[in-house]
Amino acid sequence: MEHYTMNLTLKVWRQKNSASNGRFETLEVKNISSEMSFLEMFDVLNERLVNEGKDPVAFDHDCREGICGMCSMYINGRPHGPWHGTTTCQLHMRAFKDGDTIVVEPWRANAFPVIKDLMVDRTAFDRIIQAGGYISVNTGNAVDGNAIPIERYKAEKSFAAAACIGCGACVAACKNSSAMLFTAAKVSHLALLPQGDPERKTRALNMIAQMDKEGFGSCTNTGACEAVCPKEISIDYIARLNSEYVSAAFLQDEEKE
Amino acid sequence: MLNPKIPTGPLEKKWTNYKDHCKLVNPANKRKLEIIVIGTGLAGASAAASLAELGYKVKSFCFQDSPRRAHSIAAQGGINAAKNYQNDGDSVYRLFYDTIKGGDYRSRESNTYRLAEVSANIIDQCVAQGVPFAREYGGLLSNRSFGGVQVQRTFYAAGQTGQQLLIGAYQALERQIALGAVEMYSRHEMLDIVVIDGKARGVIVRNLITGELERYFGHAVVLCSGGYGNVFYLSTNAMGSNVTAAWKAHKRGAYFGNPCYTQIHPTCIPVTGDHQSKLTLMSESLRNDGRIWVPKKQGDNRKGNEIPEEERDYYLERRYPAFGNLVPRDVASRAAKERCDAGYGVGTSKQAVFLDFSDAIKRYGRIECGKLGNHHPDAEEIRHHGMEVVKEKYGNLFDMYEKITGENPYEVPMRIYPAVHYTMGGLWVDYELMTTVPGLYALGECNFSDHGANRLGASALMQGLADGYFVIPYTIGNYLADEIRTPATPTTHPAFEEAEKAVAERINILMNIKGAHTTESFHKRLGKIMWDKCGMARNSAGLKEAISEIKNLKEEFWKNLRIPGEIKEMNPELDKAQRVADFIELAELVCMDALAREESCGGHFREEYQTADGEALRNDDRFMFVSAWEFKNGNGWEMHKEELKYEEVKPTQRSYK
Repeated sequence: MEHYTMNLTLKVWRQKNSASNGRFETLEVKNISSEMSFLEMFDVLNERLVNEGKDPVAFDHDCREGICGMCSMYINGRPHGPWHGTTTCQLHMRAFKDGDTIVVEPWRANAFPVIKDLMVDRTAFDRIIQAGGYISVNTGNAVDGNAIPIERYKAEKSFAAAACIGCGACVAACKNSSAMLFTAAKVSHLALLPQGDPERKTRALNMIAQMDKEGFGSCTNTGACEAVCPKEISIDYIARLNSEYVSAAFLQDEEKE
Repeated sequence: MLNPKIPTGPLEKKWTNYKDHCKLVNPANKRKLEIIVIGTGLAGASAAASLAELGYKVKSFCFQDSPRRAHSIAAQGGINAAKNYQNDGDSVYRLFYDTIKGGDYRSRESNTYRLAEVSANIIDQCVAQGVPFAREYGGLLSNRSFGGVQVQRTFYAAGQTGQQLLIGAYQALERQIALGAVEMYSRHEMLDIVVIDGKARGVIVRNLITGELERYFGHAVVLCSGGYGNVFYLSTNAMGSNVTAAWKAHKRGAYFGNPCYTQIHPTCIPVTGDHQSKLTLMSESLRNDGRIWVPKKQGDNRKGNEIPEEERDYYLERRYPAFGNLVPRDVASRAAKERCDAGYGVGTSKQAVFLDFSDAIKRYGRIECGKLGNHHPDAEEIRHHGMEVVKEKYGNLFDMYEKITGENPYEVPMRIYPAVHYTMGGLWVDYELMTTVPGLYALGECNFSDHGANRLGASALMQGLADGYFVIPYTIGNYLADEIRTPATPTTHPAFEEAEKAVAERINILMNIKGAHTTESFHKRLGKIMWDKCGMARNSAGLKEAISEIKNLKEEFWKNLRIPGEIKEMNPELDKAQRVADFIELAELVCMDALAREESCGGHFREEYQTADGEALRNDDRFMFVSAWEFKNGNGWEMHKEELKYEEVKPTQRSYK
């Protein structure tokens, strides 16, 4: 692989805190290696800003291997940038060329208020999980793991949904700021397993209710979420969520009797 | 000598005996008792959820934006459990024995046995929670092999086992939050422990969004804050992983056990340049099918797939025929270093070896063609079907490798090199996981207890969940049973005042240095000292140099650090500076411990102490103990010892040949 260096112009969203107004700031970075990750390019920028006595750009990040779900930059109009199935931390600078201008914004959604610069508050996702994204089993109550055989394709489908890292790219990409793909992934992960069956109806109803309460928009099936999901979670799971929801809603009274 | 409070009786009965006789707290009293849990990784989330289920009032803290981000999430390969589902001779005893031997006979028998004993319950618990483990076509759980063992006992969920287990524990935690049994504080960092009358009674935390200091009371404090690998700057740890919570506990009286036992993982993506912020692991599970080699010729600049078979040195298979590519991590790492130091390294830096899947692709391809009834497949057919199998097993790891390096590992062998990954050392704890401060517990990677001088693959997840789900719910009751008459201390108590004032002063001092150098630059320099002089190979002279360099660095840090911004706001540079300040102090202790341990064992390799063929040479007569360091305010440290008594296993020269 040929390596090269580049000079870039960044237009970065700066916002002091959730109460103040934000604006774009134009910043130049020089001698960026194509081997760097996108966040390492920000490290270089921040080192320089601190050395110049300026405020560095605040952004969320932690594992830097594409799994913790903390990084969240909206790069050139796309959550996590140009590479398919990739988080911001795994995006590398060979995706860009010398002289490029890169626009970097935070996730934009009412339910994800900006904390500072590129950092947003995603605790709404935790509250959706609190509404039912679990199986109610206390520690110590479990039967032998192999006492619950699960068809392999179902286990795999469930796993593919459980691969969601809760980053919020789906919400950021959606023109309605809908959290349907996130919610669908969790509902599907658990509904596909026999262990999740007893609570599947209340789970679907309560998680959707919480989603609405948090201010996420409705789903109009544009598929933007699937296109930008770093874990390539399929929009089919939204269909599954709709079916779970509809059957739960229709059968709700019957269950109560 | 320290007393680890190991229950009496035969090894296999100790835990049962303990559980049968420990004190209990009745449900009405549990509601009055408050527990603080720091960290939300596997140990922290499982502990907080399980303790809340029992009825205790729990407060849980993490520095990330959500408890689901903790670094346990990045564990790839798997979790061990003595289920013997494969009928290949596994048992609790064998898992115990492999862990003791893997740890080079430097762990406590009773703790390690308990770990093996509860391992099977962990798998059951996780399945019940809906963790989507890999399964066979018959619907039963699948296993794979990991290093240092000869059975298949590792459960996995593709290359995301840590994520799936953590999400399971996180969901259990969120359920308790919804029920009101846990109060969750995300984006909060613990900056001190409050000790009243010799007992841990609370914490001082900083709200990372507002910068305000806050006080919280607990009848007990449980630290689950992870390891300190980032003392080396470059490691496979997350950027935020830090020693701060454990270090503050240490400075309040908790002894630090075996700080020099650090694990260098053999299969990581090599460093590319000075800009590098972290290193990425390629799961040990890859050694199930990948073969590690270097060219037989020094300085061979050909590409991996241009070097013919007879000119390759599969050095692990050559040196360790019994375990081959699946030797333990410390052994594999040193062997890679030995080849690279001798001039056989590959890639531009020459600090790398090959991890090659071409044989596995051929082997699986032939099997798949056979299944399809194609008994005379051509090379292209074999390759096509073989790649499908390898993709299914390791696809996400291969994708990650390609994103980082720009090379396709299906076409060319991966280049890998060892990197800091895990720390076996940590806060000293007794059998009940209590530190030397009463009421202060340490679980998971932040304690020292189960892995001796080297941890086997797929055992960190096991330990985190064992401690959180199955150990602390019992042992904490034994302590809290005597606390039922203790009312909650108001946080206006002078001990809270004093602790908060000290934290505020330290922050003020840091902010007012207004020097010339960034935190990052100090952290990088610290990492270089540690990697060069206290890394994969250590020696007396180097360690002494390191200690003096660290002291100088510390002085310079406190004179010339620059932190931008304000205290009372979101200020990631200030957060980092506090962590690096603690790493610098810890680094000195790590080197002191490495210097004092005049033997080689597991991940601690002293060049002066090795066998004729370069293996670690223990000195059981002098060093069969845990070193537990006491912080002497302003006066360095004093070493205490916990003698290791082997009643069940007879320590021998570890051999994987």
